[in-house]
Parts: sequence; structure tokens; C-alpha cells
Amino acid sequence: MAQMTLLQAINDALKTEMRRDDRVLVFGEDVGVNEGVFRATEGLYNEFGEERVFSTPLTETGIVGAAIGMAVYGLKPVPEIQFSDFIYPAFDQIVSELAKFRYRSGGEYTCPVVIRTPYGGGIRGGLYHSQSPEAYFTHTPGLKVVIPSTPEDAKGLLASAIRGDDPVIFMEPKKIYRAFKGEVPQGDFTVPIGPARVVQEGTDLSIFCYGAMVEPCKLAAQKAAEKEGWSCEIIDLRTLYPVDEEAILDSVRKTGRAMIVYEAPKTCGYGAEIAALIAERAIEYLEAPVKRIGGFDTPFPYTLEKIYVPDAIRVFLGIKEVLEYE
Amino acid sequence: MGSQSIESGNTETAIFQVMTSAAKPGKLPDGLSEEDIKRMYEGMVMVRAYDERQKNLQRSGRIGFCVTSTGEEAVQIGTAHALQANDWVYPYYRQYGVLMYRGVPMDVLANHLYGNEDDLAKGRQMPAHYTHKDTHFVSFSSVIGTHLIHAVGTAMAAKYRKEPCVVVTYIGDGGTSSSDFHSSLTFAGVYKPPVVLFIVNNQYAISLPVSKQCGADTLYTKGLGYGVPSIRVDGNDVIAVYQASREAYARARAGEGPTLIELYTYRAGPHSSSDDPTRYRGAEGEQWLDTEKDPLVRARLYMQKLGIWDEAYEEQVWEEARTRINLATSEAEKIEEPDWGTLFDDVYAEMPPALARQRDELLEKEQGFEREHEGEFPL
Repeated sequence: MAQMTLLQAINDALKTEMRRDDRVLVFGEDVGVNEGVFRATEGLYNEFGEERVFSTPLTETGIVGAAIGMAVYGLKPVPEIQFSDFIYPAFDQIVSELAKFRYRSGGEYTCPVVIRTPYGGGIRGGLYHSQSPEAYFTHTPGLKVVIPSTPEDAKGLLASAIRGDDPVIFMEPKKIYRAFKGEVPQGDFTVPIGPARVVQEGTDLSIFCYGAMVEPCKLAAQKAAEKEGWSCEIIDLRTLYPVDEEAILDSVRKTGRAMIVYEAPKTCGYGAEIAALIAERAIEYLEAPVKRIGGFDTPFPYTLEKIYVPDAIRVFLGIKEVLEYE
Repeated sequence: MGSQSIESGNTETAIFQVMTSAAKPGKLPDGLSEEDIKRMYEGMVMVRAYDERQKNLQRSGRIGFCVTSTGEEAVQIGTAHALQANDWVYPYYRQYGVLMYRGVPMDVLANHLYGNEDDLAKGRQMPAHYTHKDTHFVSFSSVIGTHLIHAVGTAMAAKYRKEPCVVVTYIGDGGTSSSDFHSSLTFAGVYKPPVVLFIVNNQYAISLPVSKQCGADTLYTKGLGYGVPSIRVDGNDVIAVYQASREAYARARAGEGPTLIELYTYRAGPHSSSDDPTRYRGAEGEQWLDTEKDPLVRARLYMQKLGIWDEAYEEQVWEEARTRINLATSEAEKIEEPDWGTLFDDVYAEMPPALARQRDELLEKEQGFEREHEGEFPL
């Protein structure tokens, strides 16, 4: 075990996987000599050289498209999109090509590309360095969408993504890249894609969250326990597609109340899918309406970021609303 | 053509040709035997005969859609003739001639036209979206241009693996306006992998003439700005296409990097079975066929000069082509459509539980109900 930040854990996963499999290549804007704008690829260029770690021209569609061609050939490319706000030029490649290669070729060709991309608020990045586009990808059959919230999961989930045979959009919550350290197993280590993680058990309300929202949910739940004596269960979904439906339903059946917290604009955001799942398959257990706490339906603001992104206060007020519902 | 021609490019609107009307072949063209030339001609006839069959099947309602490539046979066969077994092909919908020419059985193509259960794409794609992994003929989407950068990526992978092969890819004149035309040439120019990009300039992108697609007189010059050696070749001259391809592939194999080749040709037929070209160009296409511009006529006249073509040979080649094609399509017509459950396969390596639930609901509830109540719900 070692103490690492989430960012260090990602770096550790990349190094570990590159050492064990020479098919793994890392490339993207400024990831080579410069080691990435967040330094996620620190040390990779020096250890693995220009052949396996290189900075690319500034074309996201080119980065993802080239990765697809490499994967079709049999490599395991792990391209980086510098900010998920810049993933849209590659959207066509991801949605039309990456996600559909296996299906449209009747299974003849596979495309195991892992796209790493930092997402979400936390760095005062304004409209174009802060977005959370996960719902575009969870809406696309053929992709897996993974978002870690702890250093341990960041390493284990990224390793699983790289070893798997499916394309993965691996979204990294940059707000907590360096926010705290956690225990991370050294060397070979994987966390399976799919199962959710119970952050804490509880009996009154199920809070579903992921990425950088797990921390404010923990604080809000702690305050709710201290101030009101309410017991919140927190589930970190970790994998948004394929999501752990049974973990969600089991929790709601136990607590009878559900809340989903995410940074993206609320409408048609990922929380809508979880709310719908609960409505379809567990509505008879509900004692209060499902509550969604998301970003607002506006572009992501610069100066007022602090009121845009859900924080512990907003989550606390949400808990209060659900628990006081009669 | 010497390697100098690709290195320097031909910056005028010049075009590389072999089979000009004035050509008087006293000896065989460089690198080709009589058998090679006959084989290429027979390959072109196969493509045209296949198109004839596709059109008939579509018009009579036996297949839903088709794409033909009449006029573009030399593009396909000339580029294919220079390929080696381990080379990769990233086509778009008008390069099935390359697939045929690499020896793929006709039933692979016919089953795809019908989208039946033996179709390699399992009936998931519209006709004309062939896939064939055994010959490295890569599945493609209907989105224009996206596959070019895949070809570059595959070539980068082959270069990384130090496995000698050439990756070829094709795009129409319209596709040169797509963003991935730009990204693919950007990457090709920087990383110099063994890729050859063909612009099949057939002068139309559905209805839009090339003059309104691009402000430049030629398209190959686009490659020069990316540092990719680029040339322009008469795409209706199968020998010129072959020789230019062979040279570009040799450069790629020798580690000398990418080449962009504009093949100037003509789409004599409609864009697809859903297109009516008389709306935008009158009878131009019909009138073009069977003239000396037609790649089959060009080859035939040239072969006559070489003394390797006569009417009996012509008849025999067509007869054999039609027999093979008709046999394959009649067999394909007898094969069932894919099972409903296959709809859910191959989305992921392993089917996620939520998807399995959707499948089970379809098979257990809807399929059973539909059988019991056949015809009651016509919509």
C-alpha cells in the first residue's frame, strides 16, 4: 500500500499497465515531454519513450480516430482528451465509430480504446474547462462510462478499463485530483467495472453520487446525522454504464428514499436515468419523491462557480427536503 | 513513373496516364504480365456485373438498397492489384471491388446485400457496408471521412509493431471537406506511417459537383500542405492506377511514409439506389458510359492493341462473372433473417445485465405475443 492522490493513482495505473503490456500506448495533447497539463502522465515519457508516449497535434477527432485505428490493429491505446470540454470535436468518432465498431462488424472488429479525460468543476475553469458531459456517453450503446472518486478506485478501475475489451470513457474528477490522499495497492491491482461502492450504510435515505460529488455528500450526510439524527446511505456508482442497478434498487428498497447528486445540468442529466430506474422498478418502496440535485440548466459559470456546483449545503438542504416530506 | 514523381508531386493539373488513346503499346507496361492485365480486366467486369445484378435486385424489391460504382472499376481494381496479403483496407461504400479482387467468396458480399443471418455484419448495416476481417477489410460507418484517421492509426500501430504492411484508404471528393480528412492528413504528415490515401474524385458528392466542393482545381494539392507527397492519376486508367499505387505502397513499405493520390474518375450511375442523378446533371452519366473514358472500354482498347482481347474472351468473362454473382445472390436470398436475439449481441464483449433484461423482455413477451396475434397489429 502507498498513500497517493487520485492523480498519482491514475499515473500509477498507467505505469503499471504499460509495464505489463507493451500494447498500451498513451498520447494526447501535451502528454509527452510536458507530462500532461495536470501531470497525469508524469514519468511516462522518460520510462517508455516517444514510441509509446507522445504529444499529438491539436485535433481531438484525430486523437480518438487514430486510437480507434490502433485498437482495430490490436493495440490498447489510452488517449487523453485534455479537458472533457474539448471532447466534442471527437464526439463523432466516439459515437459513430468507437461505440459501434464491434456491433456493426458483427463482432469481427473490437475497439478497446480507453479515453481518459478530466471533467467537472473545481479549478475555476469557466464554461470550457469545467463541464460534465457524462450523460452524452451513457446514452450511447457500446461505451462504458467510468468515474472514480477515490485514489484506490482510480487506479483499479483504470487498470480494468485498459485490460478490458470494450471502449471506456474514463472521466477523472479534476476537482479532487490532489484534494486528498488514500491507500492504494502497489503493482498489479484492479477494481471491476460495474459494481457500485457503498461509501457508508444508512437507513433513512439513499444518496447516489459519483466523482467529485462523493465528498460533499459525505459531509452533508455527517451534518444530517449530527443535527437531525438522520441516517444516510451513500452509494458511489463508480461505473455509470453499465450501472449497478441491483445496488441502487436494493438500497432504495431498504431506505425508501432516494437522491441523486451530480454536477452536470440537471435536465436530462445522469440523475434522470437513476430516478427513472427507481420509478420503474422500486416505486412501491418510496416514501418521498426522488430528489435530483444537479448543476443548473445554464452553461458553467466562471465567477459564480461556487454556487453552480452542488456543495454540502445544497445536498444537506436536499436531505432535509426529502426526510421532511410528508 | 519513377519515385521522383511522388517525392516532388506534380504541382500543375497534370495527370498520370498510361492508356492514352494515342498509346501504342509495343511492350507490356512495367510490372505487369499479360495475365495480370487480363486479371485486372476480369476484376473490373466482375464489379460491373455485380452492379448490374444489385440494381436488378433492388428494382425488383428483393434487396432494400444498393450502391453501385459504375465508372469507378479501375480505381478499385488498380489499387487492389498492388496490395499484398497482409495489407489493410479502410474503404467507404464504393470499394467492394477491392474486396472481391482479394479473393473473398461472392457469398460474403451477397449475404450482406440481403442482411441475412450469414451476413458478417449480422444484418445490422445497410447494404454496401461490407466488413471482412480475414482480408483486413475494415468495417465502416456511413459518416463521411471518419475512417481515414482509423487507417492512419492502424498504420501507426503497424509501424510501432514493426510489422511491414501498407494501410490503404479511400475517400470521395466530397469527403475531402470533412474534418477527418484534415485530421488524417495532419497525423499522416507528422507520424509518417505506411498509409496511402486515395481521393476517389468521381466529380460528384451526391448532387454537388466538385467545382462547388472545393475552390481549388485539383484535390491532391491538399496533401502538400500537410507535408504528404501527393499526386494526381487518371482513375479510369487501370494500369496508371496500378502503377501509382504500387509505387506509393513501395514507399510505405520502405518506411518512406504516406502518399495521397487523387484518382480522377467519374460516377456514371446514381449516388445510391435512392438517388436520381437526372435531377442535377441530366443524362450526362448515361452518355458517359461506353465511351473511351469508360475504364472498361479503355482497358479493352489497350488489350486489343496488345492482342489479348477478342469478342470470344469478352463473352466468356461476362458469362463467368454473371454466373458466379447470380449463384451467390440466389443462395443468399434463401437464407433466413437473423434471430431477434442477435440484435443485442456484440454491443459489448459481455452483455450488461440491463441489456439482457431488454432482450429477455423482447423474446419472452413481445415475440410470443406477436406470434399469437399475427396480423392484428399492422402498425
